[in-house]
Amino acid sequence: MATGEFAAHAVHAHAAPTSWIRKYVFSLDHKVIGLQYFFLALTAVFVGMILSLLMRIHLIWPAASLPLLGDIKPETYLTLLTMHGTIMVFFVLTTAPQGGFGNYFLPIQIGAPDMAFPVLNMLSFWVTALAFFVMIAAFFVVGGAPLHGWTGYPPLSALPAAGPGEGLGADLWVISIALFCLGALMSALNFITTTLDMRAKGMTLMRMPLTCWAWFITAILGLLAFGVLLSAGILLLLDRNAGTSFFVPLVTINGQLTGHKGGSPLLWQHLFWFFGHPEVYIAILPAMGLCSQLLSVFSRKPIFGYKAMVYAMLSIGFLGFMVWGHHMFMSGMSPYTAFAFSVMTMAIGVPSAIKTFNWLGTIWRGRIRFTSPMLFALGFVSLFISGGISGPFLAQPVLDIQLHDTYFVVGHFHLIMGVASIFGIFAATYYWFPKMFGRMMNEGMARWHFFITLIGTYAIFMPMHYLGMAGHLRRYSQLTELNYLHGLVPLQQFMTYAAFITIAGQFIFLFNLFWSMKFGKKASDNPWEATTLEWTTATPPPHDNFGGHIPVVYNGPYEYSVPGAPRDFVMQTDPAVVKAH
Amino acid sequence: MASITTAASVDTAQVLLAGKERPSPESLEFAARLRRARLGLIVAITAVVMIFVSYSSAYVVRKGLPSLDPRTGTLVHDWLPLQLPNFLLINTLVLLISTVTIELARRQSAREAAAATRVAVPSSSPAHADGMPWLALTTILGVSFLAGQWLVWLELAASGFYVSTSPSSSFFYLLTGMHGIHLLGGILALLAAGAASLLRKSAESRAVMVDVTAWYWHFMTFLWVYILCFLEFAR
Amino acid sequence: MGLVLLVVIWLITFISAYFFIAKTWWLPVGASAAAAGIDHHFATTYLLMGVVFVAAQVILGLFAWQYRQRTATTPEAYYSHGNNKLEITWTILTLVLFVGLNFMSSSIWASERFRPAVSDAVQVEVTGMQFQWYFRYPGPDGKFGATKPQLQDPSGGGEAALGVDPADPASKDDVVAATMYVPVDREIDVILRAEDVIHSFFIPAMRFKQDAVPGLAIHMHFTPIATGDYEIACSQLCGLGHYKMHGILRVVSQADFDKWLAAREAEKQ
Repeated sequence: MATGEFAAHAVHAHAAPTSWIRKYVFSLDHKVIGLQYFFLALTAVFVGMILSLLMRIHLIWPAASLPLLGDIKPETYLTLLTMHGTIMVFFVLTTAPQGGFGNYFLPIQIGAPDMAFPVLNMLSFWVTALAFFVMIAAFFVVGGAPLHGWTGYPPLSALPAAGPGEGLGADLWVISIALFCLGALMSALNFITTTLDMRAKGMTLMRMPLTCWAWFITAILGLLAFGVLLSAGILLLLDRNAGTSFFVPLVTINGQLTGHKGGSPLLWQHLFWFFGHPEVYIAILPAMGLCSQLLSVFSRKPIFGYKAMVYAMLSIGFLGFMVWGHHMFMSGMSPYTAFAFSVMTMAIGVPSAIKTFNWLGTIWRGRIRFTSPMLFALGFVSLFISGGISGPFLAQPVLDIQLHDTYFVVGHFHLIMGVASIFGIFAATYYWFPKMFGRMMNEGMARWHFFITLIGTYAIFMPMHYLGMAGHLRRYSQLTELNYLHGLVPLQQFMTYAAFITIAGQFIFLFNLFWSMKFGKKASDNPWEATTLEWTTATPPPHDNFGGHIPVVYNGPYEYSVPGAPRDFVMQTDPAVVKAH
Repeated sequence: MASITTAASVDTAQVLLAGKERPSPESLEFAARLRRARLGLIVAITAVVMIFVSYSSAYVVRKGLPSLDPRTGTLVHDWLPLQLPNFLLINTLVLLISTVTIELARRQSAREAAAATRVAVPSSSPAHADGMPWLALTTILGVSFLAGQWLVWLELAASGFYVSTSPSSSFFYLLTGMHGIHLLGGILALLAAGAASLLRKSAESRAVMVDVTAWYWHFMTFLWVYILCFLEFAR
Repeated sequence: MGLVLLVVIWLITFISAYFFIAKTWWLPVGASAAAAGIDHHFATTYLLMGVVFVAAQVILGLFAWQYRQRTATTPEAYYSHGNNKLEITWTILTLVLFVGLNFMSSSIWASERFRPAVSDAVQVEVTGMQFQWYFRYPGPDGKFGATKPQLQDPSGGGEAALGVDPADPASKDDVVAATMYVPVDREIDVILRAEDVIHSFFIPAMRFKQDAVPGLAIHMHFTPIATGDYEIACSQLCGLGHYKMHGILRVVSQADFDKWLAAREAEKQ
């Protein structure tokens, strides 16, 4: 319909800004906002990484005194792990793939001049940035940051007397998360409306790149999930500050009554995990979409089973709302309910497996180019397999009895959510850097970065499965008390040494990133010879993305090595007739 | 999706086709903008619905929850049903009237937008002044509603029911408070829509703002009726 | 580069698999009646998922090397949008594998958790408090005495820490211990409570884990089948002392258990 065409003129109200403030600070341009999110996430990931390094140091050298921090007390360790988890999950994994790359490239990939609501887009970034500052502030207030884990289970998180850091620090933690929820909801609004309403002519839903599908489904998950987390956060704030008892039953701390009664700690768990499980899919779906994209581009082959990939992502999104109880098998929940959740959880493994088969099918009989984005995409598949395989263990309550709250779980989610998603972020950076900055990143440095990170992260997180099977509990600040942990210390040492090397390797990436912005080889408009819309426009794209000309789409996004075509790729905007699919 | 466009473009189309003219680019632009704004509103309302779904389910869970009485070692229920103040009905009436007034404002501004697109000279048609009373009236009613809610809170507090007194009172303050905050957002949108005509924004822009605000307002009314029924019948 | 990638992926896979197969770090020896069934199912899952893990990684590495672009004149990639038959096939196979595993495990889950403890089970009330476990036995009257939070005195240890109400006649014969004594080959009915925050009661050797939630008294049972001392750990973050909240489960013969309990009762008089 004609709406797309006119809408582009009509609604794109904002002219290119001129002042520095309007250009780089309070910009309405989705490309600038995307970069703002990206750099916010970059800051957050380095903070999160340092926190984890401190954790690893303390675990094998508990008596060590660190510069600036001094001795790490047990509660400090718990604070480190709480903030590490919170910052990584929210300000890195939920920010860079969606708010960062999604904001930058969704409009371009669907042929739109901007997001549907640019002012809302700008607000969503600044609210998220504010949330980050509030979170960091928790470190510096009296009592310090909280120690209750990123999952924040009450009563521990609801009672200031329950531990150091559970006073003002915990309040700031909740407020930060509440602000983050608001920012995420605003962002989801934009993504959904933009995808539904602003696709260019010819860009049907089934011609969208899988990255767009992933951002779209992620936004729907966010829309439905973050409201629930916000609600839970408000209830927790009330319990903490208004004397209510939503989550806190009649308890005593150190023999002292707290004034609460009748609340249910399990209520928090249900609300939190109703958000928490979709959240892990929010963290991974964009990377899955990108992996599909990159494997196709760099194998010079269409994605194997486009429709199946779309349906798989849709099922993952849908089923993702029905499995939250698998985080609560040991919680005191009814065993019948546990069984129901377990069946759903095994079911959700199926679409993930299908995607993996299709990724392998994509590179099968391809013509692989080992560019840096491709290396990270292949690494992603490997990590996804590894992290995914440990899932069915945890999904069965009978096995979860032994593995719940051990390092097995920590290894599982780090591989499948943490590292895999980070590989997606790296891949996205190497892939889209030319389009964003007009230069290529250095391939030599990229290869070092890739191999150090792939081997390093496996060295850190694969041993965690062994530790978990042996019964090593998580969130233990010291390994000195339980006898059976003593034999596992060498493995912890190995992991810490691996962490040092892996973290050092990340500075190669950081250097490469900033160095290439100034000194990287100049990039053409389409250095990867890819077919999607962002590669039809100038590098970097002009303010309205397409220089006044609205693209018209004729083909799907994965027309590589089409028999009879003059080159081994056909742009989506190329009107030459292609075998329809 | 078709139905979203229908309401506005029917208004527009009816006026235009009466003059047997082809829809101009400006009117198509208006229809597209309106559609996009309404789509955005539906998405936003979905998020708000999820918040109240969580609170409703938390309420049901909490209400049915026994807790361990350590003195007897048995599980006891401690839910105290809350008597809802009658004044709430007055507030409800105020809100219902306001939903009518804002609907009138919405239709008024839609007519103005249709008229403006037909006339070659854009925006500032003298008709715009007529739209104002309905918006202003809705704003006054909305503020009255919030004031009335505050009075209800004071009445409850006076009879000893504070936020932390009992789970049922906690939920009462929570649900009414969350609704009130969202309604305040609606009032701010009303003020912005009202300011739009003072700032001489085009009739189409105003129509889009009023339309979206009006639908949001209807949703707030519906939500309030839901909360009231929920609090009363799930006591 | 393709070869390097293959080598790296295969090495990572085979080295990890080696340690998994060699069981260098493995489940502790099971000492409860349920352990055999659980461990058997663990082994089944382990084997099946292990095969999938190795196969998938091997194929990934192989394809990365085999389908590398060798020269500028390497044949073009195979233009295909997929294969529906294959999609359906592997979807069904995966579904059968996952759901099958799940149903196999659910019969064990049902037998452990869908039934309450037997009527002559040995009752032990386990209470978690920052940062200690307390074990209370009901004594000859078979009833636990009432507790009152107002009476709690953590520094007093034992009954005082739990706030046991001395006015309740049922509490006269209650025994509170710091070590969990149980008789072998008897079903133990554990009643889990928490005074302050959520704790979790984990005995690795017994394949027993259950959260202790404030406001609830959760019943869970297990049957130890070998005497000995077994470590108990807290498996839910409960504050700064979480890492040192541990205890000992001491499984003894029925006769020794009766002797021990009688001695504790005698101390109370």
